[in-house]
Amino acid sequence: MLEIKGLRVTLEEEGKEILKGVDLTVEAGKVHAIMGPNGSGKSTLSYVLAGRDGYEVTAGSVTLDGEDVLELEAEERAAAGMFLAFQYPVELPGVGNMTFLRTAMNAQRKARGEDEISAPEFLKMVREKAKALNIDNEMLKRSVNVGFSGGEKKRNEILQMAMLEPRLCILDETDSGLDVDAMRLVADGVNALRSPDRGFLVITHYQRLLDHIRPDVVHIMADGRIVETGGPELALRVETEGYADIAKSVA
Amino acid sequence: MASDATRKAAEALLHALALPEGEAGWVRERRAAARSRLLEAGAPVRRDEYWRFTDPARLTAPIATAEAGEAPAQAAAVFGDVDALRVRLVNGRLRADLSDPLALDGAAIAPLGEVLKQDISIVRELVGQLELAAQEKVSRPLAILNTAAATEGLAIQAHGATVRPVLVSYDQIGEGASLVRHVIRVEAGASLTLLEAGVPTNSVMEVEVADGGTFHHVRVQTGERAPAVTHVFARIGAEAEFKTFTLTADGVLTRNEVVIDIVGDHASGHIAGAVLGKGDAHIDNTVFVTHSAEHGESRQVFKNVLAGASRGIFQGKIFVRAGAQKTDGYQISQSVLLEEGAQFLAKPELEIYADDVKCSHGSTTGALDETALFYLRSRGVPKRVAESMLVAAFVDEAISEIADEAMQERMRALVAKWMAGRT
Ligand SMILES: Nc1ncnc2c1ncn2[C@@H]1O[C@H](COP(=O)(O)OP(=O)(O)O)[C@@H](O)[C@H]1O
Ligand SMILES: [Mg+2]
Repeated sequence: MLEIKGLRVTLEEEGKEILKGVDLTVEAGKVHAIMGPNGSGKSTLSYVLAGRDGYEVTAGSVTLDGEDVLELEAEERAAAGMFLAFQYPVELPGVGNMTFLRTAMNAQRKARGEDEISAPEFLKMVREKAKALNIDNEMLKRSVNVGFSGGEKKRNEILQMAMLEPRLCILDETDSGLDVDAMRLVADGVNALRSPDRGFLVITHYQRLLDHIRPDVVHIMADGRIVETGGPELALRVETEGYADIAKSVA
Repeated sequence: MASDATRKAAEALLHALALPEGEAGWVRERRAAARSRLLEAGAPVRRDEYWRFTDPARLTAPIATAEAGEAPAQAAAVFGDVDALRVRLVNGRLRADLSDPLALDGAAIAPLGEVLKQDISIVRELVGQLELAAQEKVSRPLAILNTAAATEGLAIQAHGATVRPVLVSYDQIGEGASLVRHVIRVEAGASLTLLEAGVPTNSVMEVEVADGGTFHHVRVQTGERAPAVTHVFARIGAEAEFKTFTLTADGVLTRNEVVIDIVGDHASGHIAGAVLGKGDAHIDNTVFVTHSAEHGESRQVFKNVLAGASRGIFQGKIFVRAGAQKTDGYQISQSVLLEEGAQFLAKPELEIYADDVKCSHGSTTGALDETALFYLRSRGVPKRVAESMLVAAFVDEAISEIADEAMQERMRALVAKWMAGRT
């Protein structure tokens, strides 16, 4: 469903090239993991996919079910079914979590020509999904991510994902900063969404999240490129050998 | 001291206006004194420090008093169907035929013109007197002009807990000056809420809040209008509460001066504003808070949302007299610039002669947070809606200063409407 071909990206301000030709295909129903050392360009890839400003695509293409993604605004990509769980979820002081969720849901529905969700229906849905992620009413009432702990922020990202039901889920280091229990909640939340028509791109620095979210394919990213692709066993190799050796073995 | 040129400009200003007739002797004396004071002060000019950011030229062009006229009732619409005693001024003239009867539980209300023909001590103690006191540290010639010439407005004495607010709306057609003055006294332990919609070209409000009294003021300045200057002068007694909130949108030039003096212990004065500017709008909020008593608490909260080539100005001062110990003074002025051509200028000032006080001020300006915008958009919220949400959150600190929650909601709705309608 997601096809990235020869993607090269530079930072608009500095003109520095970060992605140096990325090729990657994520099929519906599959979980792809991207691993790689810090600074290799994983977050940059996720931002470019989600449509953040400040990057210039100098070559290559990105399509979602054949549709050119790079032509779309960020909100259009969301309506088309793309979702990014941020590595650093953003605090929105003064914007209530519930308002935020309902506005986002209804905006996407409107963009797709669907009816708005009714207030009772929305409430029921949000209560149910929040409960599964151990998010209490108090958290739902507060401003988005304001005063949330690191783990609460990550669970809030998964709540948004569960509510918005995207077709392509990109998770950028959703495991970082989580203790074992929070990791399990997050992983359960992700696994609950796995379905034959939904694809996942799970970015992680460590193998441990992949114990809970079993990937079908693992990619290693280094210096703005995918340098190796394999099965789940590749993640285990990273754990024992480290990135340096793998990158070297490829070079 | 006025130069020849500024004195001449002041003369021209006075000359253009219709002079009041049939007033009581004390009023005539006060008018004459005001005329001399104005000539002495001179009209404001750009090189005055107090007018550094706002060119007073458009406020000092001599303009004749507006003719009486019929204008559709538009201004009051911003307050919707709020239950209030409604008073309409058209072209700066109080229109009894278009207003509710001036009867309100807990208060006595009369047209200013009527009380100026009589000699009522509480009126005599207020008219022009708070304006005069406010000239102590800074010259405010356009308020003196109002004392010299304004005949229209309301005199309100609240002696009990009024429940219904008084809603005064100003509609204007055609050119011409509309000078309006209200004098208000809230007696000890009494309360009053005043709402204002629309903007006369020169208005002054003098408010005395006696010990333990409560005065709440909410005004909305929207729509196309002539350059305007407003002054609110307040004297706040012990344990009294004074709150004023102003939403100002667009307009070519609006200068709002609020000058309060906290004269009784344990009193509070809150002055807040939401500014929404687009096009060439120039909106100036100039605030002067004096603490003359102990344990006083003051807040100045101003939020500016500026688009196009609009300008937002904030000049805010906290002046703490010797002996005003335990003063708690707070001031924040912030702006969000929605477009590169917009500009926000702030001049915060503290002048403190007491040693045991807590005063803070802060000012920020900048674009909307790009990261926050992207976060919202990445969830499917269209850019315009995302901007509106962030602006609403930004403005909320000022709106929260309004005591009444239903009124807060009205103001939030006006901000949302302005954001949706801006091009
Ligand atoms: N906005 C930016 N300004 C400057 N450098 C950036 C910016 N974003 C990313 N980079 C640089 O791009 C490289 C890739 O960063 P990133 O995509 O965050 O890597 P990863 O997520 O794999 O750790 C790093 O060298 C980082 O310093
Ligand atoms: Mg990263």
